Amino acid sequence: MDMWLYTDNSKMSIPVSRQLYSAESEYQKIAVFESPQYGRLLTLDGDILFSAADEFIYNEMVVHVPMSVHPCVKNVLIIGGGDGGVARELIAYPEVENIDVVEPDEVFIEACREYFPDITRAFDDRRVNIIERDGLRFLRGKVGEYDLIINDSTDPFGHTEGLFTKEFYGSCYRALKDDGIMVYQHGSPFFDEDETAFRAMHRKAYSTFPISRVYQAHIPTCPSGYWMFGFASKKYHPINDFNPVKWNARGIKTWYYTTNLHIGAFMLPRYVEELLIEAEKNEIKAVFR
Amino acid sequence: MLRSVWRRQSQAQLIQKIEQSRMNFRGFFIFPDIWRNIMDIERQKSAPLYEALEAFRRRRVVPFDVPGHKRGRGNPELAQLLGEKCVGLDVNSMKPLDNLCNPVSVIKEAEELTAEAFGANHAFFMVSGTTSSVQTMVLAACKAGEKIILPRNVHKSVINALILCGGIPVYVKPAVHPDIGIALAMETAEVEKAVLENPDAVAILVNNPTYYGICSDLKAITKLAHDHNMLMLVDEAHGTHLYFGENLPCSAMEAGADMAAVSMHKSGGSLTQSSLLLLGKNMDPGYVRNIINLTQTTSASYLLLSSLDISRRNLALRGKESFAKVVKLAAYARDEINCIGGYYAYGSELIDGVTVSDFDVTKLLVYTQGIGLTGIEVYDLLRDEYDIQIEFGDIGNILAYISIGDRIQDIERLVGALEDIKRLYSKDPNGLYLGDYVQPEVVYSPQQSFYAQKESLPLEKTAGRIAGESIMCYPPGIPILAPGERVTEDIIHHIRFAKEKGCSLQGTSDQNADYLQVIKE
Repeated sequence: MDMWLYTDNSKMSIPVSRQLYSAESEYQKIAVFESPQYGRLLTLDGDILFSAADEFIYNEMVVHVPMSVHPCVKNVLIIGGGDGGVARELIAYPEVENIDVVEPDEVFIEACREYFPDITRAFDDRRVNIIERDGLRFLRGKVGEYDLIINDSTDPFGHTEGLFTKEFYGSCYRALKDDGIMVYQHGSPFFDEDETAFRAMHRKAYSTFPISRVYQAHIPTCPSGYWMFGFASKKYHPINDFNPVKWNARGIKTWYYTTNLHIGAFMLPRYVEELLIEAEKNEIKAVFR
Repeated sequence: MLRSVWRRQSQAQLIQKIEQSRMNFRGFFIFPDIWRNIMDIERQKSAPLYEALEAFRRRRVVPFDVPGHKRGRGNPELAQLLGEKCVGLDVNSMKPLDNLCNPVSVIKEAEELTAEAFGANHAFFMVSGTTSSVQTMVLAACKAGEKIILPRNVHKSVINALILCGGIPVYVKPAVHPDIGIALAMETAEVEKAVLENPDAVAILVNNPTYYGICSDLKAITKLAHDHNMLMLVDEAHGTHLYFGENLPCSAMEAGADMAAVSMHKSGGSLTQSSLLLLGKNMDPGYVRNIINLTQTTSASYLLLSSLDISRRNLALRGKESFAKVVKLAAYARDEINCIGGYYAYGSELIDGVTVSDFDVTKLLVYTQGIGLTGIEVYDLLRDEYDIQIEFGDIGNILAYISIGDRIQDIERLVGALEDIKRLYSKDPNGLYLGDYVQPEVVYSPQQSFYAQKESLPLEKTAGRIAGESIMCYPPGIPILAPGERVTEDIIHHIRFAKEKGCSLQGTSDQNADYLQVIKE
């Protein structure tokens, strides 16, 4: 069985040995496959969300980058995150007191619990609260509550598209404390269709937050294999306020993230840098209030 | 080889025979009147026009008729854009598919099913928008020099119909809500006054619900009209759902109106430009069809027609649940928006039995001046900054159209965006102008003034003169000035304010609306 994914113009195929699960929730079609190369794969509406073989890259990069910059994170909000991977990385930090996981799709959570028990194990940690609600709805009215918000929603197209909008960035800005950080997945700048979404995303974050930088990782099952993250912050700069000594002293075992890689991840190829500079042009920083 | 060709032909012939016998059976099956008002769900499951189109498509008929794109082959870019199925169904009238100008088979059946579903005596499929339905109502009711009683806040299509037929408008002044600045219902007492003062009027026209969801007391006004030998016409462009949802305001046919223009493409889900005209029992369908055929195309689009047929079926079978969902979504959005503060999303609390007889709760209207922004400014911000397109923004309000296609996550986006707009863009509300409704002085009939000798003057210099053309913000398309009305300083101020705030002004020959055509003195 062949699986085709991604755009009209470019396809990547992954041999799959069998299908383990399929269900349709109110929001999406969820399926789990077994593949010789990537282990278990989870797809949403036919697109790969993550595989057991490379999920660590994504999860480590959205957690350890902000955690090594912010001096003391106590209250964290994860938007999406029903697979538990982000929460799993976070529970390694003892100073974190509370982790809210806001995931509207309970079918998705159940599928992950069943087929990816190693990823969802964080859900048993007493600091983790799962809230089944729409992300935008949850954020409404929240002011100055979180040190860190991680937008772990899937895609700027489809049912989570509301989580890639200006109103979402605005709501996150407001829900963060005065020194809060927001990390979000920024997609890939390589293919045309995504390039547009990539520019738009940076424009929105750039106009909403005083500091907004983009960093990169290599994730094989993501389209083009090259994936970006956004680092939007009210106070801390991802490089200038980065504290590698403190982070290394924690002794957290990672597979992808290192403090050397941290700095490298913000060093972008020229074509990406130019895209970002172009997106920043004509964009006026919001009056911060 | 030959054998298989023969078999395919005979199969096609068989399908055609079955189709025909089925159609004949239905055609001869006449329903007694008493069954008319009760919608038969089994019958409503069929969609005769759509089924005929499907049967036609399967026959793979070779086209030596128009349209010249020949199932899209002659215009590959168009086929790419719209899809092969869509361009393949863009066909011309022919015997198996009936003809809209004089329906005798599948269109006739589809119209009958529609009439049944809406509780009407007759239904016409319309392909030039609800504008054509409204114009047909006016043209069918009123001849040159005859009076028609109507509220001034009608859609431009009504006034344009009066330009065509030479009818004389008698305006009933609607009250204006003091806080949110919207025009309210046709008060029954005001209508009665107009009826008594103009016993020679031939019809009363009401827009119900208005764009703003405001409903008049249709039953009382219909009785008033019929007691005085007048026709009752209802511009129901924003009321398709009233026929199918539960606990919604009274529909025109239920109230006993004589004609109603129903925008199926608004809340009914059909394609843009498709519409319905419904007739009550006093109207002669033959005469109305003649009126329609005065201006209607002889090449009606089957995409539009079949969309009407399918939408009618969908509404008849699933309308009740769909609109219950719409009501729920709108109520949720209203509550959430009212929690933000500054905005006012209004609902049934406006009902007072006089100026607002009922309110259409599927409409999500929000008064925005509480955060110091006009509706049009919020409308522009939503589109430019948040990629959210709403139906319209006027000086004080916005309308977000909630329909059978909406999802909760989109509602969350809208509410989230309104909250963010308040955070980033709110201003001091002092100094905003809400605009007062001014009952215009009608000096000449719309037709007289439209065809009169005119001159073009800068807007500022037109006070005291008589307008020779309309001017309106679009949307909502309700004229601020109609031909034959006297221009006042208030009206000029209103137009300039609307323009300054970014309303798109239409109706004037000068596309920038800096100049206005007035009647030569």
